[in-house]
Amino acid sequence: MTIGFDPRYLKRDFASVGTRPLRPDGIDKVTGRARYGADFNMAGQLVGRVLRSPHAHAAIRSIDASAAEKLPGVKAVITAADLPDLTDGDAAMFDILDNCMARKTAFYDGHAVAAVAAIDARTARQALKLIVVDYEVLPHVTDVDAAMQPSAPVLHDHVFTEGVEPKPGKASNVQKRVQYGHGDVDSGFAQADVVIERSFKTEQTHQGYIEPHACVANYSADGNADLWVCTQGHFVYRQHCAQLLGLDASKLRVTSSEIGGGFGGKTHVWAEPIALALSRKAGRPVKLVMTRDEVFRASGPTSATSIDVKIGVRKDGTIVAADATLRYSSGAYGGMWAELGAMTAFACYRLENVRTVGYEVLVNRPKTAPYRAPSAPMAAFAVESVIDELAARLGIDAVELRIKNAAQEGTRSSYGPVYGPIGIGPTLEAAKNHPHMKAPLGENQGRGMACGFWFNFGGQTCTDLNIGMDGTVSLAVGTIDVGGSRASLSLVAAEELGIAYSQVKAVVADTSSLGYNDMTDGSRGTFSSSMATISAARNAIKVLRERAAQMWDIPVDNVIWEGGHAVAVGEKHGNLGKLSLKEIAAESGKTGGPIAGHSELVADGAGVSFATHICDIEVDRETGATRVLRYTVIQDAGKAVHPTYVEGQYQGGAAQGIGWALNEEYIYGKDGRLQNAGFLDYRIPVCSDLPMIDTQILEIPNPNHPYGVRGVGETSIVPPLAAIANAVSNAVGVRMTHIPISPPRILAALDAEAKA
Amino acid sequence: MVEVTLWGSLGAIAGGKSRIEVEAKDIRELFRKLAERYPAMEPWIDRGIAVSIDGTIYRDTWSKELPEDAEIFLLPRLAGG
Repeated sequence: MTIGFDPRYLKRDFASVGTRPLRPDGIDKVTGRARYGADFNMAGQLVGRVLRSPHAHAAIRSIDASAAEKLPGVKAVITAADLPDLTDGDAAMFDILDNCMARKTAFYDGHAVAAVAAIDARTARQALKLIVVDYEVLPHVTDVDAAMQPSAPVLHDHVFTEGVEPKPGKASNVQKRVQYGHGDVDSGFAQADVVIERSFKTEQTHQGYIEPHACVANYSADGNADLWVCTQGHFVYRQHCAQLLGLDASKLRVTSSEIGGGFGGKTHVWAEPIALALSRKAGRPVKLVMTRDEVFRASGPTSATSIDVKIGVRKDGTIVAADATLRYSSGAYGGMWAELGAMTAFACYRLENVRTVGYEVLVNRPKTAPYRAPSAPMAAFAVESVIDELAARLGIDAVELRIKNAAQEGTRSSYGPVYGPIGIGPTLEAAKNHPHMKAPLGENQGRGMACGFWFNFGGQTCTDLNIGMDGTVSLAVGTIDVGGSRASLSLVAAEELGIAYSQVKAVVADTSSLGYNDMTDGSRGTFSSSMATISAARNAIKVLRERAAQMWDIPVDNVIWEGGHAVAVGEKHGNLGKLSLKEIAAESGKTGGPIAGHSELVADGAGVSFATHICDIEVDRETGATRVLRYTVIQDAGKAVHPTYVEGQYQGGAAQGIGWALNEEYIYGKDGRLQNAGFLDYRIPVCSDLPMIDTQILEIPNPNHPYGVRGVGETSIVPPLAAIANAVSNAVGVRMTHIPISPPRILAALDAEAKA
Repeated sequence: MVEVTLWGSLGAIAGGKSRIEVEAKDIRELFRKLAERYPAMEPWIDRGIAVSIDGTIYRDTWSKELPEDAEIFLLPRLAGG
């Protein structure tokens, strides 16, 4: 934390924060001038292409690249041998290395096994065909439940389940068992009047960002390297690439492009170490752009899950016990996905007796990556479905049942800590009073609602604020702008300095121009960088006051900063009037040189976030087709710095959740190969599929941020799976337990109900 | 002296205890004392442990003071999207 900076919330009136100026990157983005990952080019650059395993699971006996290397126009061919293990026992980094380029075993369809750099794409593709890989095809498993069976083929013979005592004597695909909760669930269930227990499944989905992964790597003969890349965290990419290639971090400069969506999927390296290794071997820049097929097969989708939930209530609606077992696939490498599901599953509720058990399960699928509030949507789907069913069984309104049991300040959360001020109650009250809840429904239409939780977090953050001689301000930040943070941070700088928003220009600096920043993940971008911007602006104001004091030739203690001006105070100096920021900046060359404010801090103290969603669905009982009629998002933002962007986050999360709930899924064949690696067969919602998504912003200040800001980017994807499932279930009168609730599943459920 | 609650996996390393008492004034001292008392916990600390103090989660602020009457909860370092 920057010394002397106080991050605590202080109620104040805002001049800039909370307004809705036009986005600074809008014109470039709609006119095509914005530079995304694939838009960067260098003279003499080569085209990189990756050879990928056609098998779900196969030992690599040998790779013969000699014919490819001899093909005219091919400048480099690499295999795992060109990316030696420099991870020094760091198991997590070794997994990243092995995932970037398979070493002894290809663990999933699409796993990279070799790569080429050639003078053009045609030559590169020809070269891939000339690489001979001798595979020994192994038995595979892609289903999360099947992978847990004792008879399942085991991916890694060194994986013995963590978190169980005694340590298992046999390797398995269950990488880890975790448990959370408090109280005594068995005695809790003994007090229950009604107990409902159900099992749920959710299929694997992809973040579905529009822009595929893309980068240009330039590894110079002097051992320095540059990487231009589309990423959510260029400093983290620098750390990972430098470690995997044996570079000093300072010798690798990473510059981020505009980003066409990430949602957690651009927090890990895949192609970037390969591009750097190709460039190192070829001695020329290499551009590597993943195709959509590669993005689906070989980046980081979310988990597929299998979840059991049991909840017991008294007749008055009080929940007396809650229990869940959550099994999450983590792809071919371990993760903490079931753990996040176990932590978040019951986080909305005030529970005396709660237990969640999570299992991380290895399968022959791509390594799971975060997807917007990772793991929480699936857990919320299962829990909120049972809560809805309980409400119906008890004859209590679904919102009222949730209000009765909602967590509040002082509640011990299901994952452990006691909550401070939180917004679940207010979002539920807002839902109860929302006109949407009272709107009439027609035939074959159903309404569903659900709650959701996400932690939010902060992290390491560094920001520079430079004041030009004309009095305008350049703000250099190190968190990638994924959702409008450059506008929001400009508003914050303008607020602190007391100047107009139009006088501030924010940019994302490269890794050689600014201190380390954690990624933009965990809804931390605006939370963390706004804290650092406030700190940097306050440091700049100290300098501005000193310079004004010089100009007036009075002690600095007699100068305060007010409304964008230095103001002289005190009996002796009160008649000096004011000096504007512009006037002080114009004289800066004569008063000590450039004026700047810097901040480096750990932005801890993020406030947890809650949301409640309401949706209306119409179901065609003959075809199983669904139509979302109306959708409302109510969420606590702490403080909405730029309300339009906040609403955009709410709408975006809801839209992605609707696609996840109704259509999206990875479909694997019996051969373990992905059958639908493209947007024609993997159906994400388009504008015509969605109604206008209404939003309601609540502002319950986070006590650990000067303006009360909480993160807003992730919570909005947590409730939709459950809200949609509840709406469809209410529309057709059958409980839907398998996501996505696609037409075939609806028809199958109706058919089963009719036969029953 | 502060009372620290451990999440399941970490509790297993601490001999199955879910709560322990530690003489520590801040997060840095807490982690140092934990590593001294339970050497198997050191890799976990290196990988990252979040500390919840009265419900607010701190991931990296090792200078954060631990009030004696505060509720202190150790959690795994979170991942986000």
